[in-house]
Amino acid sequence: MKLDKNARYMESHEWARKEGDVIVIGISDHAQDSLSDVVFVEFPDVGDALAKGDVFGVVESVKAASDLYMPVSGEVVAINDTLEDTPEVVNSDPFGAGWMIKISPGNPAEWDELLSPEQYEASIE
Amino acid sequence: MTQSAETLKRTNLYDWHVAHGGRMVPFAGWEMPVQYPTGPKEEHRATRRAAGLFDIDHMAQFSVSGSQAEAYLNRLTSWDVTTMKVNDAHYALMCYEDGGIVDDIYLYRLPNRWFIALNASNRAKDLAWMQAQTVGFDVTVTDVSDETYMLALQGPQAIRILQKLTDVSMKSVARFTIAEGKVNGISTLISRTGYTGEDGVELFFPAEQAVEMWESLLEAGKSEGLIPVGLAARDSLRFEPGFPLYGHEINAGITPIEARLGWVLSLNKNFIGRQAILKQKLEGPSRLLVGFEMIDRSVPREGYDVYYQAEKVGHVVAGIFAPTAEKFAGHAFVPAGIAKPGTKIRIEIRNKLKEALIIRRPFYRPAYK
Repeated sequence: MKLDKNARYMESHEWARKEGDVIVIGISDHAQDSLSDVVFVEFPDVGDALAKGDVFGVVESVKAASDLYMPVSGEVVAINDTLEDTPEVVNSDPFGAGWMIKISPGNPAEWDELLSPEQYEASIE
Repeated sequence: MTQSAETLKRTNLYDWHVAHGGRMVPFAGWEMPVQYPTGPKEEHRATRRAAGLFDIDHMAQFSVSGSQAEAYLNRLTSWDVTTMKVNDAHYALMCYEDGGIVDDIYLYRLPNRWFIALNASNRAKDLAWMQAQTVGFDVTVTDVSDETYMLALQGPQAIRILQKLTDVSMKSVARFTIAEGKVNGISTLISRTGYTGEDGVELFFPAEQAVEMWESLLEAGKSEGLIPVGLAARDSLRFEPGFPLYGHEINAGITPIEARLGWVLSLNKNFIGRQAILKQKLEGPSRLLVGFEMIDRSVPREGYDVYYQAEKVGHVVAGIFAPTAEKFAGHAFVPAGIAKPGTKIRIEIRNKLKEALIIRRPFYRPAYK
């Protein structure tokens, strides 16, 4: 299982990574593997303001529909709409081209509440 | 019904599946591979493009013999079996008196007996039903599922692959017929049938030879691109050509008319359920199975409500992303009056009504037709 050492995680398998002023969010390699082939991602609208723990979207796999949760509060500034035509990229590159949304964080203190890669790895063992 | 892992049955290929990354799930009382590391979409596409190998030993097989086997089966099943020649194979239904479906089955007429393949989930029910109907006939129904292994080899390259391992000339085995011969030295019933919409075979042979048969087929098919395929792709492969799956498009509360299986009915002969079916055919069914594709993207899953205008009119019985059609698509029962291609319906997905369009089935036309 792959892990992005630069990301922080939620127990619900979302990852968050700081890139300049924004935070990029996706799902972990473990999550994509458990879900099986991803066929659809439902996104929020750019401009939506969401709190930590809010559902920001849904990932649909051949197996099931799973809610996606905000790792930290913030305003959605971008969605990865290339996944509309190529949702399989969530499987092949979950930490890279398979990212889902970018947000402008609302409360910087929440970052420190997320799991480190080591803590996340321990949580799924 | 939930079953603990302890009570689930395992096929003789269980260890092979686990060793090769098969993801094992409970299905019809068995622990079966839902997918391999390749993933369901590619397993589906590989079967349409080249070939796929399926462990379907969870399926049941019965043997029917006796001097009145033909008359018995003609009373029991929807198809006129007197039209079947020796070595013919045909799809058929068993119905209750009220027209509801006991099970969908495959019938094989062998030189000295009849052979039937049935759904795993219905094995005990089917055996009880079939034995109860033997009264008055010189016929014996025997469950031979345990000693019989069943594999499916499907796809445009399937016949070429099988030919490498068998002395039977596959040119002489037409679609919907069966032959007896050796495959890799193993005595096998080779049936030119399947449930994927592709050409191919289903193989029946002694259960203890399962691993040897499986591995020899995979080896023989390596150059053609043969891969093992799990239940998830098996479901999408049967969905696209519109083949019903018991518990979804058909069950005891659904008739063949409602499920649009009129082509499996020989209504000019007497069989259990015929009168009710004839009556419904004459009066017209109140609901019908339809295929639909999503206009708004999303996966229409089983159980979701179907709306026509403002009214809730039915529910989804099967829904997937169809990998060959490249559509989000489903099957639903809706009132007969709106069951026409071109009708717009809406599917309630996560509290939102998403637009869908009833289309003419199938989503994929079987390659062997």
